[in-house]
Amino acid sequence: MAQILEVKDLTKTYKSGSKELTVLSNISFEIQSGDTFSIVGPSGSGKTTLLGLCAGLDHASSGLVTLNGNSFSQMNEDQRAAVRNKYVGFVFQNFQLLPTLTALENVMVPMELRGEKNIKKSAMELLGRVGLIDRHDHYPTQLSGGEQQRISIARAFSNKPKILFADEPTGNLDEETSLKVEELLFDLNKEAGTTLALVTHDLELAGKTERIIRIKGGQAVSDTKTQNTAVNENTTSVE
Amino acid sequence: MNKFNWLLLMAWRDSRKSKSRLLLFISSIILGIAALVAINSFGENLKDDINGQAKELLGADVELASNKPDYQYDFIDSLDFEVSYENSFASMIFFPKNQESRLVDVRALEGDFPYYGEMESYPESAARSFRKGGPKALVDQSIMIQYDVNIGDSVRVGRQTFVIEGQLISSPSQSIAATLIAPAVYIPMDYLDDTKLIQKGSRVFYRRFYKLNNLPDDYDLDARFEKDREELRLDGISADSVEERKEDTGRTFEDLQSFLNLVAFVALLLGCVGVASAVHIYIKEKIKTVAILRCLGARGIDTFMIYLIQIAIIGLIGSVLGALLGTVIQTILPEVFADFLPVEVNLAISWKSILSGVVTGIIISILFALNPLLGVRKASPLITLRNTTEDTKAYKDPLRWLVYLGIILFVVTFAYIQIQDLADSIYFTIFIVLAFGFLALIARLAMWVVKRFFPSSWSFAWRQSLANLYRPNNQTSILIASIGLGTALITTLYFIQGLLISQVEITTDNDRPNMMLFDIQSSQKDQIAEFTRETGLPVLQQVPIVTMRLQTINSVTQKQAMADSTIEYRNFLFNREFRVSYRDSLIESEQLVKGELRKVTSPSDSVFVTIDQGFAERQHIEPGDELVWNVQGVPIKTYVGGLREIDWNRVQTNFLVLFPENVLEPAPQFHVLITRIGSTESGASYQREIVKNYPNISVIDIGLILNTVDEILGKISFVIRFMALFSIITGLLVLTGSVILSKYQRIKESILLRTIGGSKKQILTINTLEYFFLGSLASLSGILLALGGSWALAYFSFESEFVPNVLPIVGVYVAITGLTILIGLFNSRGILSRPPLEVLRSEVN
Repeated sequence: MAQILEVKDLTKTYKSGSKELTVLSNISFEIQSGDTFSIVGPSGSGKTTLLGLCAGLDHASSGLVTLNGNSFSQMNEDQRAAVRNKYVGFVFQNFQLLPTLTALENVMVPMELRGEKNIKKSAMELLGRVGLIDRHDHYPTQLSGGEQQRISIARAFSNKPKILFADEPTGNLDEETSLKVEELLFDLNKEAGTTLALVTHDLELAGKTERIIRIKGGQAVSDTKTQNTAVNENTTSVE
Repeated sequence: MNKFNWLLLMAWRDSRKSKSRLLLFISSIILGIAALVAINSFGENLKDDINGQAKELLGADVELASNKPDYQYDFIDSLDFEVSYENSFASMIFFPKNQESRLVDVRALEGDFPYYGEMESYPESAARSFRKGGPKALVDQSIMIQYDVNIGDSVRVGRQTFVIEGQLISSPSQSIAATLIAPAVYIPMDYLDDTKLIQKGSRVFYRRFYKLNNLPDDYDLDARFEKDREELRLDGISADSVEERKEDTGRTFEDLQSFLNLVAFVALLLGCVGVASAVHIYIKEKIKTVAILRCLGARGIDTFMIYLIQIAIIGLIGSVLGALLGTVIQTILPEVFADFLPVEVNLAISWKSILSGVVTGIIISILFALNPLLGVRKASPLITLRNTTEDTKAYKDPLRWLVYLGIILFVVTFAYIQIQDLADSIYFTIFIVLAFGFLALIARLAMWVVKRFFPSSWSFAWRQSLANLYRPNNQTSILIASIGLGTALITTLYFIQGLLISQVEITTDNDRPNMMLFDIQSSQKDQIAEFTRETGLPVLQQVPIVTMRLQTINSVTQKQAMADSTIEYRNFLFNREFRVSYRDSLIESEQLVKGELRKVTSPSDSVFVTIDQGFAERQHIEPGDELVWNVQGVPIKTYVGGLREIDWNRVQTNFLVLFPENVLEPAPQFHVLITRIGSTESGASYQREIVKNYPNISVIDIGLILNTVDEILGKISFVIRFMALFSIITGLLVLTGSVILSKYQRIKESILLRTIGGSKKQILTINTLEYFFLGSLASLSGILLALGGSWALAYFSFESEFVPNVLPIVGVYVAITGLTILIGLFNSRGILSRPPLEVLRSEVN
């Protein structure tokens, strides 16, 4: 299986006045195409920062992130945006739908950005897949949280991403809705054969992925394969 | 779909849910462009009409004028022409019907003038019929109404009584404003001598109007006049052609146009502030959307273009609407300016003005939106993960400096286009830049002071509202800049208007003189003084006046001065007629600043005169200079003995040149008597008796002049206020816009406070106080700026003292602060009356 994501000696520091704050320190791991993995850890451990760096939303202070053979370290923001549009899908805790666009338009945007044609049909199919075809002309403010997250998932899959980054995708939802969204996320992921990177502090949700990387104080403290992998209970220490 | 189409589509999609915000943006532009288009269209039409009605402006092909009765211009005499003569002078007229009298401009006319256009009268035929068939007069319409005299009644001019043939409505070359100052009464030339008003020393203006026959159309009369200019000047003749009159009229209206353009520009600038503040807050709200788009793979330039396209289209819509409104307003302007127009202004759509208005609107929309817009390029996609805004270090973006430069260049260029003076345009721009700098400084200072000396012991509402001034997402800078500049511009306009009016106001204290009697002959002097005292009126001043011309100065003649460009004496010195008095003492309106007053005690003494200091400086005359005067044919050699500083604003007879006694007494002279009348009735009867018994004497009633000045100022004030209305309404719109947009900044905090149990009253108090602080800071800063600007204008441009009136300042402060609070609270009412969740869903997302 081909490698989709490589993280090597990744460090991120911020300047806070005269002090330097290290948020992530020397993190390394590799993810194979089609894998599902979770990044877990307590609040403030650096997991969202790690996701941001992996997805090319931010630049590292040192170290390398290579996504599908594209190293972010040499790229400017526009080049990283092009990589994201081509290979990456996002699902956010706060859904992050464009408030001025309808559900259908939100799903179409990534395809439009790629310059694809005749996209309405496939966008409608995706809306059908998430069960919201009859809400296609509704604006985000007219939808419930669960519905917004389903639109967000449909949008994330609309550009057929190689890797999907999900940041606390059920963090803002009730238990029942969370289960439905989780199910949808994993089903679509399986159907599309997409790599799934999940940031969560919900260990139950993390347990549904094949691998769990634990972050604490900006360092990866463990990299565990779960029962969902072919090789179970194989815990390795992380550099 | 290609990229551009997608950008257009996204711009449209994004605008659907932002209509109310974009409407404010549009409204900022509409009025500024409307003012611009209205004024420019009116100016274009006026220019066209002046060109089209040029011959009617003069009423003839050529006008020659002189204050000598017999003058000759060989060139004109060699042509084939028709000619009309007009002798005009100021004199009293008397209406026997009601025993009323009035100082007017008497015009004795002979010939068929005007040759082009019409002298407008009621009845229409009167303008021609008064010239033949007996002593008939055409009397200015306003005096006939004022003194309640009718056609068929009689009017006495000097010793001759005329039958009023009709009312004069308008005459070529005289605007209605001019008739207010000097209403005209036309009489036939044949009866001028019978009035017995023209005597030696009388000031009469001799005009000749020529209609030239058989002159080729392309003949350049101006060039010919220019060639003969010096010769004409030497003979004391002024020559005016149609072309020259057209240019003169155009030039006069260029000043008016410049003022109006400046007013439009102020309205437009306020609109620009509105655009900048609207877009600034609009883009702030859109940053999350931009971050999401960036996450999904949109390039920085794509997101930038989405909003640029949106703003350009909105700018276009606003400009087109503004241009339409301006075209409508333009139809009102000829009415507003009716009293000042020399020609009839026809209404026509000026496509040039509309096009330039629309283009200007789009340029300002984009230019003033660019600065906040540039931040979009740098918006980080990380905002989607973290609810924080990154410090993008805006000042490091080189493009931002380019935009600042572009804005400054635009303001200079546009100001130049509007007022046609580069230096003034640069000063104007510097003022605007300094004003912005000052307002930014005030905003920062206010935030620093509040933070540094935060009153921790104050109540929750006060602390919360004060803290809102410096907290993240505060509106302090943007509101102080927009409201402050608006206040400054409008208040400056108001101050300057007051300054202009106070410049021409003559103080009418109780002990000041208020009536002047002119043209008193030496033989009448004592009788008039006696009569005045008998009537119970004081003789406040009685001065002799001798008219003379300057023959040489330091032995330099006019010819020599003109031939040698190194000689600083201007032609005007030799051409003007000096009205000189003689006395051995100073009066209260003057003081000696150089030299001394030297008396003449024996015929062999040298004669030392004193001169007005300002006049001497302007004409390069210094103490000790030798001046030879031509006193009606007799040369008198004098020396400059001293300089006097004169307060010309007093109602007194002041003289540029003052002779000592015992020199001019034998010369032909007339006298002026100054008195003070107590009431209108006694003034009228005194005036009536004077005119009845001494028809050659002219009486100037200062009260009447003041009324006339008041009337003219009233008209000017109306025009200024009408034009300032554009700025004021735009300013109010910008204020409304700024406050409405700021609502979105505070809405979350207000809702959170509501959610955690804040009462309606508490939130209302917090909002009221915050808008009170912002309104106060902004209006006070604006007023300070206006005071500074007005002082500078008064000191440098009008050379007068600027004493601001406290009442309007308090009025502006209360009005602006009150409006800020009102609009702020009006906009917050939604937060207070609806459930928090509903508001959050509809407004925040």
